[in-house]
Amino acid sequence: MPKRNPLSSQIDLSKFEKATEEEKRQQDVMSESTTFFKDGMRRLMKNPLAVGSIIFLILIVLVILFAPAVVPYSYSQINTVNGVRDKGAKNMKPFEYSELEQEYIAQGGKVFPHIMGTDEQCRDYFMRVVYGTRVSLAVGLVASVMVLIIGLLYGSISGYFGGKVDLIMMRIVDIIYSLPDLLMVILLSVVLQATLGAKIEGTSLAKLGPNIIALFIVYALLYWVGMARLVRGQILTIKNNDYVLAAQATGARSGRIIRKHIIPNCISVIFISTALQVPSAIFTESYLSFLGLGVSAPMPSLGSLANSARGGMVSYPYKLLFPAIVIILIVLSFNLLGDGLRDAFDPKLKK
Amino acid sequence: MYRYVIKRVLLAILTVFIVAAVTFFGMHIIPGGPFNSEKAPSAEVKAVLEARHHLDKPVVEQFLIYLGNFLHGDLDVSLKTGRSISTVIGESFPISAKLGGSAVLLATVVGLVLGSIAALKRNSIIDRIIIFLTTLATAAPSFVFATILLYVFCIKLGWVPVWSPDDPHYVLPVLALAMYPMAYITRLTKTSMLDALGQDYVRTANAKGVSSAKVIFKHALRNAVIPVITYVGPMTAYTLTGSLVIEHIFTIGGLGDKFVSSITNRDYTMIMGTTIFLAIIMVTMNLITDLIYKVVDPRIKLD
Repeated sequence: MPKRNPLSSQIDLSKFEKATEEEKRQQDVMSESTTFFKDGMRRLMKNPLAVGSIIFLILIVLVILFAPAVVPYSYSQINTVNGVRDKGAKNMKPFEYSELEQEYIAQGGKVFPHIMGTDEQCRDYFMRVVYGTRVSLAVGLVASVMVLIIGLLYGSISGYFGGKVDLIMMRIVDIIYSLPDLLMVILLSVVLQATLGAKIEGTSLAKLGPNIIALFIVYALLYWVGMARLVRGQILTIKNNDYVLAAQATGARSGRIIRKHIIPNCISVIFISTALQVPSAIFTESYLSFLGLGVSAPMPSLGSLANSARGGMVSYPYKLLFPAIVIILIVLSFNLLGDGLRDAFDPKLKK
Repeated sequence: MYRYVIKRVLLAILTVFIVAAVTFFGMHIIPGGPFNSEKAPSAEVKAVLEARHHLDKPVVEQFLIYLGNFLHGDLDVSLKTGRSISTVIGESFPISAKLGGSAVLLATVVGLVLGSIAALKRNSIIDRIIIFLTTLATAAPSFVFATILLYVFCIKLGWVPVWSPDDPHYVLPVLALAMYPMAYITRLTKTSMLDALGQDYVRTANAKGVSSAKVIFKHALRNAVIPVITYVGPMTAYTLTGSLVIEHIFTIGGLGDKFVSSITNRDYTMIMGTTIFLAIIMVTMNLITDLIYKVVDPRIKLD
């Protein structure tokens, strides 16, 4: 190519040639497009504590789902060996066999080991812990979902409509918020237990006992206020965004705007708050069970197991340790998972 | 400011009123009167008893009478023991207050110290240990911790004698009660301390050669304490309700123990008296916390 005058205005034709395939590919977006949710999940999966918690929780759920199918003992019935009620199997240590069972094994029978020993009524303790975990987890999840639904509805209505509606609704929240919660829970449990007992007799709810129903009612009455406040705060910031104005301008109804625009934008914060609500509900249930206001016997919960283990603490300390360790691990995993979710989804922490 | 204080005081009074109403009417929904036990008294005796306790009047009137008596400090008598409830509360509350007060003090001091250490020695082994232990402590229900303490130190090692009213040993119950708030305050302090240490005024203080002790105590810690103060209200509520369980485990005859036993005995007047009393304390503590918060940090806008 001849040397060109730098000041020449002559066009360099090589710049107008068609791009080769290789050059075209350089323009492609290298990373896949990602949503807020996917991005958060990716960051969550990089957090070893959060991943560990998720794995542990999945493991626990698998155990409590399938253990009753594998272990041939019942949580409420005295152990039987070959159809005979085994009254010698009282307060056995983990992996110990009673005399009847040893005889049966000597005869060539197979006895499933008592992984956590037995309790004072000759029941397999492992199954009691499994059912206790079921109850505690179920209570935690149901209570949290109830809090979520009520808080979400109340908070979004209050935050979206604003003005007088908001003022009145938030005054109600203020009052409920200032009530001493655990006292009210205990009090309402006492009242509801006495009044509900007869009404749910014979229904499937009776198995759980009036106390747990009372706990759910109390949660539905009292604990949603925190969630309602959170949702309202989120909505107040989101509804001033331009896309909401645009939706309003194109004639979208309130319900549609709440569902399509507002909820998807505050869902992560709500999600985290719900995850952190679960351990608090499990704690509350275990306190109530501890005070004798929890599930009705023979149904166990982790709190009631820990409470009844206190009596034989000197001779059988492991009976407290098993349910206690399970509570601690479950609450710990939910806390770590909640922390992990917050770190992963909080836009303020994004680098 | 005055408007805010008046508003908060009114809200507090309303709260106590609601608690009283819920308690009173709740207790009245429960089927069966207090004099319907197996050893039912004769009709005349029952009528006299009911007249004495105003049980023959409409429920709303009974509630007003109860409130009136309450304001005069008369909380009725226990249905089970027949003792005046104000006397019972007067006897047992000092024990609970001492227990709860020591726990709050311990939790705050140790929490602030550990939290500051964790923040100053960030990512060191000490920080990791502190955070690991506090994370574990926030996951353990206080009754588990209390039972283990009791088992290890009273029964196995015999270092601390079991509680008796004549020779009270507050160490273990205070420790059990302080555990959760201590862990919580540690974590709270660490976060806010880290936040404070990253602020420009700390950098300025360091740059102009202020001694590091002065930077930590005067600049960082003073600002880091503010979020901890907001926790004082909930912490009081926690220690009060937490002491229900702790006192029960250590068989301390405090207010919490009385409350728990009144529930197991279905002693309704006692439940009512203790609930309203505890509610008043919690609401007052929340009120004080909010007001202190405002005084400590003038940047906070009130409504």
